[in-house]
Amino acid sequence: MAENPSSLINAKAISVLADGKSLLDNVTINVKRGEIVTIIGPNGGGKTTLIKSLLGLRPISDGSIHRCPDLKIGYVPQKLAIDRTLPLTVKRLMSLTQKSTKTEILKAMNETGIAHKLHDSVHTLSGGEMQRVLLARALVRKPTLLVLDEPVQGVDYVGELALYRLIEEIRDRHQCGILLVSHDLHMVMRASNHVICLNTHICCEGKPAQVEQSHSYRQLFGQKSLQTMVPYSHHHSHSHDPLDADILQEGDCSCGHNHDHENDHGTDPQSDEKETRP
Amino acid sequence: MSWDMNWLLDDFFMRAILGGLGIALIAGPLGCFIVWRRMAYFGETMAHAALLGIALSLLMDIFPVSGVFLISLCIATLLYWLEHLDRLSTDTLLGILSHASLSIGLITLGFMTWLRIDIMSLLFGDILSIGRQDLLIIWGGGALVLLLLLSHWQSLLASTISPDIASAEGLPVKRANLLFIFLIALVIAVAMKLIGVLLITSLLIIPAATARQFSLSPEAMAIMAAIMAALAVYLGLQSSLQWDSQPGPSIVLSAFMLFLISLALGPSVQKLLKKNRN
Repeated sequence: MAENPSSLINAKAISVLADGKSLLDNVTINVKRGEIVTIIGPNGGGKTTLIKSLLGLRPISDGSIHRCPDLKIGYVPQKLAIDRTLPLTVKRLMSLTQKSTKTEILKAMNETGIAHKLHDSVHTLSGGEMQRVLLARALVRKPTLLVLDEPVQGVDYVGELALYRLIEEIRDRHQCGILLVSHDLHMVMRASNHVICLNTHICCEGKPAQVEQSHSYRQLFGQKSLQTMVPYSHHHSHSHDPLDADILQEGDCSCGHNHDHENDHGTDPQSDEKETRP
Repeated sequence: MSWDMNWLLDDFFMRAILGGLGIALIAGPLGCFIVWRRMAYFGETMAHAALLGIALSLLMDIFPVSGVFLISLCIATLLYWLEHLDRLSTDTLLGILSHASLSIGLITLGFMTWLRIDIMSLLFGDILSIGRQDLLIIWGGGALVLLLLLSHWQSLLASTISPDIASAEGLPVKRANLLFIFLIALVIAVAMKLIGVLLITSLLIIPAATARQFSLSPEAMAIMAAIMAALAVYLGLQSSLQWDSQPGPSIVLSAFMLFLISLALGPSVQKLLKKNRN
């Protein structure tokens, strides 16, 4: 696969060990041009570790990573906490890692629909506006690979939908590869070409529909995954990681008391997590 | 005072002014980074360690500036190592190292009875005794700091705003962080004689905080901080001449006064700047 000219980054059987604990175990992943690859998985499942290894920010213990020579990365972090003592306009942020002309900047900002904020201070942006600015900032570099780490954090439902649509548009227009990390379940699926379900090892992968059907995906995400497919059906927790509050919550919900399962889980991802574990 | 005395006064006063301005020009921009990175206490710790550096260089009969520089770097390394042990928070570690090194320095100096050392001048500076050689060190060291700061501006700023983005997009974040510590050590070593270990960080932080009120971009803030620091040095020295007050504390007091003025004028200046730009 390494010889495939459309392959941007190709990791074969990589493992990461830290303090004797396995963070990634035998993970193989390949991102091609014009393709959205989504990594989903529970917190602590190694999503960030995988991204960092792929970007070369973290050493791997085993396996190999092949990066295409003209790989140019545009990175959109989860969030950006800038100290208020740092005066920064959106315009200045746009050329953070690379100098660009005003025309290029405006073009990228128009694409993400945020050009009207060019002269604003970054400290006055809302969560959704910030994500669009960060996306435009990554785009202005003309990347071959766009890496988005949980891009919809702090964005409301409508904004989330719009953002995913935007990401799809970007893929089609720029023909770049997109590597997406998400804890979000069903919405992100539609845009993806390939979904990898990660919990230290790859639990399952394939086309979104295949993954949604797969046994291990349902084990990992329990009730929440079924919610998108079929009405409520009773099942037990098969969480790989019993310490993960989110997953345990799902298991707890399905066993025992009656919850309001008509509630769309997508509207507020926080709502599930607010209840405390027994 | 006779004519001769006046001329003499002018001469050492001129040297003090020139030395002070040299320090101010580098302390301003570097101080901005300390403020942006929330490393004020870190700078303080390195400055306190400088006293130990003086003591050791007197003991081993090496050039004080290089002794201070080396000890500051040692303390930074020690801190880095302790942070990685991950037993105590950085804040606590800084508090421990800062006062431990200050005390060890004072005790060592106290034991060296064969030398007549003016501890007060080490703690609060002795700007009026600046000689030609000191001027050479200040302007030479200053030029080096400014050169390094300018040539690494992009990676320094990007890794301040977002280390994740900067490293993902190929900027040398680790090198920028090391350089930053190196620059702080250098400025402390060069500025020690001027303003003393206890007051050095004020010249780094107060002008930067003052400049924040008057700037809309990081670059403007850095230049403004240099101007504010220079103004503080000039006003402080003039007032110390006028009222025969201690020069070091007078400089800090002027910086503080400028800061208070900036707080009052800040909002209207910001409004004016924004109006002019749009």
